[in-house]
Amino acid sequence: MIKEGFVWAIMFAPLTSFAIITLVSFLGLTRAKDGRDPAWNVRYSGYVTILAIAIAFGLSIWAFQGVADKDGARIGFEAHHWLTIGSLDINLGITLDGLTGVMLVVVTGVSLLVQIYSQEYMRDDEGYNRYFAYMSLFTASMLGLVLASSVLQIFVFWELVGLCSYLLIGFWFQKDSARKAATKAFMVTRIGDLGFMAALLIIFTQAGTLEISGIHEAAIAGTIGSTWLTLFALGLFAGASGKSAQFPLHVWLPDAMEGPTPVSALIHAATMVAAGVYLVARFFPVFAESETALVWVAAVGSITAIIAALLGIVATDIKRVMAYSTISQLGYMMMGLGVGGLVSAIFHLFTHAFFKSLLFLGSGSVNHATGTFDMRRMGGLRKYMPVTWATMLVASLALVGMFPFSGFWSKDEILADAWDTRWWVFVTAMVGVYLTAVYVGRMLILTFEGEYRGGLEMEGGDHAGDAHAGGHHGDPHESPPLMTIPLFILAVMAIVGGAFQVNHWLGDIIHGWLPEESEKLATESDFKLWIAALSVSVGMAGLITSYLIYQVRIVNPQKIRAFLEPLPEILDHRYYLDYLYQDVIVKMVIIGGAGWVLAAWDKYVIDGVVNGAGRITAWTSEHAKFAQDGQAQVYASVMFFGAIAAVVGILIVSGT
Amino acid sequence: MVTFAIFFPIIGAIVIASLPKEQESQAKYVAAITAAIVFAAVVYLFIAYDRDKSGYQFVTSKTWLDSGVSDFKLHYAVGVDGLSLPLFALNSFLTLVAILISFKVELRPKEYFAWLLILETALMGVFGSLDFVLFFLFWEVELIPMYFLISIWGSGNRVYSAWKYVLYTFFGSAFMIVGILTLGFTAGTFDIRELGQIGDIHGAIIPAWLIFGLISIAFLIKLPVVPFHTWLPDAHTDAPTAVSVILAGVLLKMGGYGILRLSFNIMPNVASDVDVYLAILAAVSIIYGAIMTLLQRDLKRLIAYSSVSHMGYVLLGASSIGVIGLTGAATQLVTHGLITGMLFVLVGMVYDRAHTRDIGELKGLATRMPFITVMMMVAGLASLGLPALAGFVAEVTIFLGTFDQHQIPTLFGVIGVAFAAGYILWTIQRVFWGEPDPKWAELTDATQWWERGPLIALTVAIIAIGVYPAWVMDLIRDGVTPIAQRLG
Repeated sequence: MIKEGFVWAIMFAPLTSFAIITLVSFLGLTRAKDGRDPAWNVRYSGYVTILAIAIAFGLSIWAFQGVADKDGARIGFEAHHWLTIGSLDINLGITLDGLTGVMLVVVTGVSLLVQIYSQEYMRDDEGYNRYFAYMSLFTASMLGLVLASSVLQIFVFWELVGLCSYLLIGFWFQKDSARKAATKAFMVTRIGDLGFMAALLIIFTQAGTLEISGIHEAAIAGTIGSTWLTLFALGLFAGASGKSAQFPLHVWLPDAMEGPTPVSALIHAATMVAAGVYLVARFFPVFAESETALVWVAAVGSITAIIAALLGIVATDIKRVMAYSTISQLGYMMMGLGVGGLVSAIFHLFTHAFFKSLLFLGSGSVNHATGTFDMRRMGGLRKYMPVTWATMLVASLALVGMFPFSGFWSKDEILADAWDTRWWVFVTAMVGVYLTAVYVGRMLILTFEGEYRGGLEMEGGDHAGDAHAGGHHGDPHESPPLMTIPLFILAVMAIVGGAFQVNHWLGDIIHGWLPEESEKLATESDFKLWIAALSVSVGMAGLITSYLIYQVRIVNPQKIRAFLEPLPEILDHRYYLDYLYQDVIVKMVIIGGAGWVLAAWDKYVIDGVVNGAGRITAWTSEHAKFAQDGQAQVYASVMFFGAIAAVVGILIVSGT
Repeated sequence: MVTFAIFFPIIGAIVIASLPKEQESQAKYVAAITAAIVFAAVVYLFIAYDRDKSGYQFVTSKTWLDSGVSDFKLHYAVGVDGLSLPLFALNSFLTLVAILISFKVELRPKEYFAWLLILETALMGVFGSLDFVLFFLFWEVELIPMYFLISIWGSGNRVYSAWKYVLYTFFGSAFMIVGILTLGFTAGTFDIRELGQIGDIHGAIIPAWLIFGLISIAFLIKLPVVPFHTWLPDAHTDAPTAVSVILAGVLLKMGGYGILRLSFNIMPNVASDVDVYLAILAAVSIIYGAIMTLLQRDLKRLIAYSSVSHMGYVLLGASSIGVIGLTGAATQLVTHGLITGMLFVLVGMVYDRAHTRDIGELKGLATRMPFITVMMMVAGLASLGLPALAGFVAEVTIFLGTFDQHQIPTLFGVIGVAFAAGYILWTIQRVFWGEPDPKWAELTDATQWWERGPLIALTVAIIAIGVYPAWVMDLIRDGVTPIAQRLG
């Protein structure tokens, strides 16, 4: 059985790597001075990071092994005292159970592959060391999040992963689009976090504890009023919606693609954005007690899955297509949770982490070759980049849910769970399958089929900072092995990922920690052949649709556009949500409205009174002729007033 | 030792004043050494303070005025407990920081550094006094150095600002002295320790709530609370950098300290009657201050208004009248002092180099000043309440302590944190990030030891409190526990 120290080491290994890189940069050891070679090789930071995450990965496997032996039940560790004030007792501790085990393996596994890939991808970037420092800090925070034993501890790491996301989106901070995207990401997720914070306050006042296990017990025992319980769950879900980019807080994720592509793969596809799903899953015993909360989760997940998939069909930037796809798939996970499918949702999180990070790394590879993310400037890349093409094809099929790829098995479980509980979730999920297939097919065709359309030169956005754009002449070429090997490994996972669920092996571990009472409320439907057949057919239909439109060009896409107006117009403006948030709410209501009123109030009313009083004082002092000197005069006049006040005071008192 | 920490800066000021004119450039070294000695003394107090028995320690008590009439006596009584000791430490630390970052001041340096040291004495005295009249004396003395520091070494509309500051404060003091005298004569003592035991005021010529109001209004102005806040942006903006640091870092804390130590401690029953009004006032300050902050284009004004919002949290925590909220409030005094002090240091550095504080003009400074930018990120993130940095522990404790009592005001407080993220991140995004502007190509980073040293020390303090707050908060908790018990 794994010792507590080793579990902590999972988090502390990358944290140490962060500390080393920060310290070395601070001391300037990698800078060349006076013509001498720098004391440390610039590349050291990448190696340190990879080593640290490899250690974390090894330990995670060990930890997973431990919980798998116990069928996912929690391995108990004593929590450590951190702060006590009155009835407030804050501890730091570890939750290690089936859910955590799966998350640990996903986070460290994907992170390891992404760091190896980044070695090559970020090779010539000025911020090479900074990049790995942030990546280390992110991995440590993410691991801290899934290991936390109290809701406050989750919140702490929750904010820290948000910080890393912010720093990495704004990695190329000179770029206007990047700095704006970073701020936007932080702000939007923080709006959701208001709900999280409120949930924290509610649970502390209602349950008197912040420990996750204590909250579960209180929820099951019914010691918390049902209204408070629902509010707590909804507050958590608000936080989860921000992090996991659920409607209407999804707007930050597409912009987050301004960060380097490996960052998108790790943070904005596989791990951090799944933290919201993890949070809801972690508090599944609470959600299971509140039907209202579950319906909310299911409804928001359904809306998100559909609206994001629609946006994926019109996006021209390959990374944005992936971003919308991620939002949509996170919606699927929420749907799964909303119909009580803890296992199906986390299983989908598991498979999605691999195939989606593969898709992102593949896009990065494509960018490496062409210098652009604009699919309109790609085309025909299949023959130039066979490995990238083949691996992305595998990932795409997994994403669409084709048999026997991993996505098929996990999506199918969500569909089955939905069929057994809420029919409307089932219907939207099926529609989503079709839309997914359409945008995936379109992406594949635009990128890899037809003739190469020249690459580089993105209109609007300048991705020159991203990797190696510029200096690419002639034909695009396959990426070096350091990049293709991670692609290959992820592709294997995308193919066989479903095998972990044979005999419900992974599922048993995922839900093994649930208290008996909650387990009864969870949905775990059996495999139904007709649902599987239907979803595969719908997926095929979607792929065929995109094939007919974008490859065979049986109809001109422009005609379809014109036919569907005003939908494409709305989609082009992303449902006008950015406009609503930025221009209407922030600029007009908060700054223009409330701000203007308050500023005027400050200036005219409050300062009016103050300056009026001041003028009287000045007048008094002028006539009192206390002093000739301007500065002393003011002070003296004040003294005068003070003296009067004192005298009056004494008079009042002695009046007794 | 407490007496030493209070009055030693005066000795330094006298030495500086007696320096011959041609050696006036030595003034800064004398000041720095003096402040360092005081800081060392306070560190000693911090370590030597016996945490197992709470209450006042290192107490000195002497009668210095015996009127002979009735039992009216004035005491020189000083000492520290868990509430005042962290503020002692904060003041001595930030004064040292303020002196170091002023090393390049060349206008009348002798007077400048002498006034800074006198200011330190006044502030130490406020936090160390155990006698209400003594407290008031120090409270008033603080105005003199502040007035001169702002009006001589300030910028912009400095005379107006200095004058406004003094007038506002004096307005409050006038009420406070009435309250103090009424209270003292009714209770027959001015000793804060004894006043803290009486619990309820009987037989005063005016009702207890009025005494509470008279005393508290001075503190609410100092804190400041809307609508008594308009002195703050002006004073901060026009004050020289070091004075802004002290002003935001320590002076505002006099208000929060006064509320806890005097208003709440002496009149707990009134405090528990009016807590809901205080909570509402706090919520208004938080939101009002935050929205005003969003409108600012001047970096210093921006941080000044953010202080209005952040000090609202102190009042919010106090309004909980429970030990968790009070601990949070007192911790917020310390953390806000460190964080906002650091923000002002940084803005001062930017201003010294670029000669503008206009957010619209500054752009892409990160490329020119990486060190300042990193420090700005640390301070900014701490200010917006990022966990693992100091601001978070204070704010979350306040929220956890207050929510049970005042749900709606606390939720407004939580919303205020989102606003904080807005103004901090927008500022960083606009001023430091972005394409480097050729206009600022000549700017240099902070390179001197007296620039880097204070910033690194502040960073260490902010992280140390954020990661393991118990070393400060346990002390504060034991300091406010008796007050919380009296409140019910």
